[in-house]
Amino acid sequence: MSKKKAATGKKRSLKWYLVHDWQLWVMLIPGILYILIFCYVPMYGVQLAFREYSFKTGIFGGDWVGFKYFKQYFDSPMFMTTLKNTFITSGLSILLGFPAPILLAIIINQLRNAKWKRVLQTTVYIPYFISTVVLVSMLNILLANKGGVVSDFLKMLHLIPQNANLLGSQKYFVWVYVLSGIWQGMGWNSIIYLAALSSVDTQLYDACKIDGANNIQTILHVEIPALVPTIVILLIMNMGSILNVGFDKIFLMQNSLNLGASQVISTYVYDVGIKSSQFSFASAVGLFTNVINFVFLMAANWIGKKTTGTGLM
Amino acid sequence: MKASNNKSVIRERHMSDRIFKAFVIIMSILIFAIIVYPLWFVVIASISNSDLVNQGKVIFWPRDIRFYGFEQIMQDSRIWTGYKNTIIYVVVGTLLNLAVTMPAAYALSRPDFKARNGVMLYFVFTMYFSGGLVPLYMTIKSLGMIGTPWILILMVLLNTYNLIIARTFIASSIPNEMYEAAQLDGCNHFKFFSKVVLPLSKAIIAVETLYYAVYHWNDYFTALMYNNNNAKTEPLQMVLRRILLLNEAYASGNGGVQGGYAQSSADQVKFAVIIVSTVPILCVYPFVQKYFEKGVMIGAVKG
Repeated sequence: MSKKKAATGKKRSLKWYLVHDWQLWVMLIPGILYILIFCYVPMYGVQLAFREYSFKTGIFGGDWVGFKYFKQYFDSPMFMTTLKNTFITSGLSILLGFPAPILLAIIINQLRNAKWKRVLQTTVYIPYFISTVVLVSMLNILLANKGGVVSDFLKMLHLIPQNANLLGSQKYFVWVYVLSGIWQGMGWNSIIYLAALSSVDTQLYDACKIDGANNIQTILHVEIPALVPTIVILLIMNMGSILNVGFDKIFLMQNSLNLGASQVISTYVYDVGIKSSQFSFASAVGLFTNVINFVFLMAANWIGKKTTGTGLM
Repeated sequence: MKASNNKSVIRERHMSDRIFKAFVIIMSILIFAIIVYPLWFVVIASISNSDLVNQGKVIFWPRDIRFYGFEQIMQDSRIWTGYKNTIIYVVVGTLLNLAVTMPAAYALSRPDFKARNGVMLYFVFTMYFSGGLVPLYMTIKSLGMIGTPWILILMVLLNTYNLIIARTFIASSIPNEMYEAAQLDGCNHFKFFSKVVLPLSKAIIAVETLYYAVYHWNDYFTALMYNNNNAKTEPLQMVLRRILLLNEAYASGNGGVQGGYAQSSADQVKFAVIIVSTVPILCVYPFVQKYFEKGVMIGAVKG
């Protein structure tokens, strides 16, 4: 009897599963519908990049023009500017911003005074809750050319030249963007590494003590290896959004003085697509970004799997 | 000979460990100072005489304490409209987020759900590929949601990352035997979800609430893109953008001071605005902190 059931079980029809799992499907329907409308319909609408947009026919109509708008983007002077700016801002964000929470987690994990540990941990989380609007306005106040407390302090230490204009120059834009990003995200992003560190087997620490390893050796040979899977996964996910450098903050930090360094692909898409209604052109630029991101994600995933055996899929 | 050699090795080790410990403590103090100082400065500047702030004389402690900035924004109707709107978006939006995310996460955590991997792929694919800004804008436009408050509530109804951590949490913290036992007692999925899964998932619900609520509170992008500058439905962050970044002093609306803020006090208003808009969302964290680390650990590390 049971054998028979198992045998037929493999051949059950789609309908049987729909009936059998109908309650689960009901629970999934809102999510599936939302994703369909807000993610897959726009994905289908990406064909706009290959069509001539017209107000009459809307998103799915219009004449087929092939790669016309891609060519237009690649040939325009903005192509190199936006691509370079995007790679520099997001590359530097990953290069400096990625290790920061790992180091912070290791430092917090080393602290032996429980009270101080608690205080430090709680304070480093605070900036995460600050909105982008508030963060950028704090930058405008603290780094102001005249009377900005932080910019004055940096000038006093001769870390930046006396005439440096941190907010209104192409030279400093990237640094302000990256370092303020680290200030805001370092604490919050360290949570996941602290969680990984807390799951390290205490026997390993004892073994280190017996073998006479010093603190630095313990970190190198016990803690870092424990963090590697988390690091690899997060690094792959970061690589997958290399061209998606945050619109929110850059858009608010932009001004006419730093535009040469701060016009990235996402802000450019907003400018040409939404503000000047060149829908097809902006769609093409957006699709180009997505494809590059996808390639980076796949490449990072492949490298991660080859070198450490950890990957997303 | 050998013994003394060993001793010196041990002493060396003690030495290096001590240097390392000092280094760790100094670094932790330095990080603390870098994180805290900008926040502290905003607080002291908001209650100091703004002339002294502009002259760079307010550095560590407030001077010539006054509450002018706070008094001004108490009368600014724009801020309170924005506040009201944002609170509606946060409360309604987050409740809807949870109502969509938690059941979906439960369904995807069921090992006996055959379509599980397929549906998961359907969700995960959207994390790595999207139509882009313009096609999304056109879609929302054709839905007729531009300029309506609905889009501000529905924009991120479900976040795939949040779905994954909730699914991982449920899958790893609620044993399958529990469902099997409940099923024998005549419990269906709906009942099991509401009576057993939800009460046992407080930690992950706290994490999800925090993620979604902070997102709604801080989101200005959705309003910038899809709200069409509709002042009545504008969230707080857009009002802040006007005051803090576009330096709009006053729309001559109800309760406004004629002629705008005096320039010297405009800065003090800014500091006060920053505090008034950030403190409420900061207050959420201590309430969920108890659950938070547990939830993140189970949800994220294994996911």
